[in-house]
Amino acid sequence: MSKENSTREIWLVFWILLVVTAVEVILGIIKPPVLIDNYIIGVTLLNMTFIILTIVKAYYIVYAFMHLGSERKNLKLSILLPVWILIPYLLFILLTESAFQEFMLHG
Amino acid sequence: MKQEESKKNFWGGGERPMEASYGKLMMWFFLITDALTFSAFLGAYGYHRFTHSAEWPVADHVFTHFPFVHGHYPLLYVALMTFILIMSSVTMVLAVHAGKHMNKKGVVIWLFLTIIGGATFLGSQAWEWYHFIKGTKQGALLIPSGENGQPRVAHYLHDDSHGHDDSHGHDDSHGHDDAYAGKSEPIQAAYLNGDIVPEELLLESRQVYGAPLTGPEAFQYNEYGHTTFSNFFFFITGFHGFHVFTGVIINIIIFINVLNNVYQRRGHYEMVEKVGLYWHFVDLVWVFVFTFFYLV
Repeated sequence: MSKENSTREIWLVFWILLVVTAVEVILGIIKPPVLIDNYIIGVTLLNMTFIILTIVKAYYIVYAFMHLGSERKNLKLSILLPVWILIPYLLFILLTESAFQEFMLHG
Repeated sequence: MKQEESKKNFWGGGERPMEASYGKLMMWFFLITDALTFSAFLGAYGYHRFTHSAEWPVADHVFTHFPFVHGHYPLLYVALMTFILIMSSVTMVLAVHAGKHMNKKGVVIWLFLTIIGGATFLGSQAWEWYHFIKGTKQGALLIPSGENGQPRVAHYLHDDSHGHDDSHGHDDSHGHDDAYAGKSEPIQAAYLNGDIVPEELLLESRQVYGAPLTGPEAFQYNEYGHTTFSNFFFFITGFHGFHVFTGVIINIIIFINVLNNVYQRRGHYEMVEKVGLYWHFVDLVWVFVFTFFYLV
């Protein structure tokens, strides 16, 4: 991404975000059985698709719209590293505990 | 990037090692803390959802309204809201772009459109909340004495997908429309987790609609499922809506400053860039709220 974000690039990112959101909504409405009946690490393929597409959208918003892609590397890392480390850590603890909690409550 | 800069005194002061102004850095650090706050909220939502997955409602059956149209339209309204917010993010980045070229007219137009987009989103959210609080026509049966003294809700036949253990929309993927075909039929029996509610429980239960937000019964139940569902809905979308609201207010202040040539005199439009960062962050949070509240 160049320092001067041209309007063409902005609209390109807009179309990417729009198409990804449309794909999510269509998948959410039709719910293809293939994606629902198959699991990957305990999550249905459909939900995994949603999570991956969400991260794709987040990438484009942060890198293109918030211009993080054209910042210095040290600024990029000091913003992204805390988020990359702390959020997965937090989610790992919470979601593992919830599985245990449900087991204790409902067996 | 100035690679050839002398590294000797780089961190010794008087330099800008990150090549970003003080205001921009502080905005970024604020956004990191805010991102962690929202991830804690969404993580807590996930915790409660998986803990009570049997009683957790399917979002497809809760958010089914669309303005001026009757019928069952899951996801479409919230998709429209997402589109509005993404659109206002685009107009914001175009305003920042115009600001970099000292194009006052461009900043005025795009920032104005951003404010309109934000206000539209807030209005849409108010509509969504109204229907969530008001509830459906058929409502649900509230059974006061559930597990651990928690009240539980039982649903009627034509809406029985609530009661089953299919919080991931597993069972209703086929014949989805059939479940709603018998909407006008008289109510015969209520179902709790797939079983018909026994007679003695029916006596102590009562009919409830929606999710009360005010009054003596606020947060005591919701017709959709486990009580924490509506609590998290109000809290997380409310906290996000509060961000949108403050974002609109800040955008209006900056808009007035732009009209008064404040940034033209200052020689740069960096303030537009800073509020732009905040605005994009609000959009970013919505992308995650959309996924984890409505899709997953």
